[in-house]
Amino acid sequence: MIKRITPPLDDKVLEDLRIGDKVLITGKIYSARDAAHKRFVETINKGGQLPIDLRGQIIYYVGPTPPKPGYVIGSAGPTTSIRMDSYMEPMLKAGLKATIGKGYRSWGVVDLFKKYRAVYFIATGGVGALISKKIKNAKIVAYEDLGPEAVMELEVQDFPVIVANDIHGGDIFEEGVKKYQEITLPFKIERISEV
Amino acid sequence: MKIVRVEEVEEAVRRLSMEVNYYIRDELKDAYKKALEREVSETGREILSQIIENVELAAKEQLPICQDTGVSIVYVEIGQDVKIEGGNLYDAINRGVSKGYKEGYLRKSVVKDPLFNRVNTGDNTPAMIHVEVVPGDIFKITFMAKGTGAENMSRLAMLTPAAGVKGIRDFVLKTVAEAGPNPCPPVVVGIGIGGTFDTVGWLAKKALMRKFGSRHPDPNYAKLELELLDEINKLGVGPQGLGGRITALDVRIETAPCHIGALPVAVNLDCHAHRVGVWEK
Ligand code: SF4
Repeated sequence: MIKRITPPLDDKVLEDLRIGDKVLITGKIYSARDAAHKRFVETINKGGQLPIDLRGQIIYYVGPTPPKPGYVIGSAGPTTSIRMDSYMEPMLKAGLKATIGKGYRSWGVVDLFKKYRAVYFIATGGVGALISKKIKNAKIVAYEDLGPEAVMELEVQDFPVIVANDIHGGDIFEEGVKKYQEITLPFKIERISEV
Repeated sequence: MKIVRVEEVEEAVRRLSMEVNYYIRDELKDAYKKALEREVSETGREILSQIIENVELAAKEQLPICQDTGVSIVYVEIGQDVKIEGGNLYDAINRGVSKGYKEGYLRKSVVKDPLFNRVNTGDNTPAMIHVEVVPGDIFKITFMAKGTGAENMSRLAMLTPAAGVKGIRDFVLKTVAEAGPNPCPPVVVGIGIGGTFDTVGWLAKKALMRKFGSRHPDPNYAKLELELLDEINKLGVGPQGLGGRITALDVRIETAPCHIGALPVAVNLDCHAHRVGVWEK
């Protein structure tokens, strides 16, 4: 079953999302990646005001290519989420309710999602041209000087994601690999961790 | 003596920067299709279909296949009978990158200093340039747009000779398994074995820049490439790491002689958006 959501996300919507669910997002989401997160968290730590209100919002980890003439945005697929893990707790404290990226999160962050009742979605990595068609409008709302790392407000329609971590715990990657692994390994697979 | 003008080099690099980002090579597209036939996970099949749809759309509209249009890696093989005329070769390559990334609406993903001054250079330069002198009069440029998702998951180890084939195998499997979904599987695996600490990483990168599906000239290594591919595809990582049979599309090994007490190994991962192009004069 496909679920449809629109931010801001409330508790009822979040309760209902389960690992593996296919979700279509319509509405406004924000782009941010490494350099913007660094500034967000520096601002929070100094007690300053963030350029956007994170409460109930979704952040998409993306740094798109520049738009060709006649396009609203260039290719715009997800970047690796784990690089944002060390910034996660202050962002969640500020009210952020969902992130979209690719790849797994550190186990510490998976726990934070439970604690702060937030979800982690994945979009397909490496299909940025295809994904760009789901973005109907894009405007820079902060940190323009960061170039491809500036924060943008993206208007999306039926933007396809999968729930990778929900507020109930569990992890889509671990479950997936268990199901298909056909080899015994003489070592433990450790998740690379950034927190 | 063959003459190569720097203007030709600049133009070739400009074109390659754009072409590799818009058009995937036929052999790679075939590999996606074969993977789709062999994948048993339904989600995995869905993702492989999206990958195929994406490269078709990218080619049709000349959009970058992936938004991470990478750092530009330029490998130049210069025959010793070739003369470069018209200026500095390195500058010409960087001018080509700068033009290609600007004109082609590609993302500029290079900062000028790794630690203290992470300011975007604004035109994707400097490229990572490797020059090798070879016999004869060939002049060959291999261009790779290397995204960082897969690059960050690459690993290097200074094994010792006793580790042998098993040590190499375990290290490769561990690297791919622990990278999991992060390098956008199905991946292409470049492995360097031998040399010293500095050369083994470059060997792994060279393996990635070699022709897709080509085998090592030594049958022992050619066999190991195929065995590793088979074992990697038993890890269960699958497309996007969501579980499945297709974790890698190809494994290529490059080797070099090494010290009696050493067995360096490097695993350089690349994603399914495996963007490499060649220009030869
Ligand atoms: S790993 Fe490759 S396919 Fe994935 S986002 Fe990075 S460059 Fe694109």
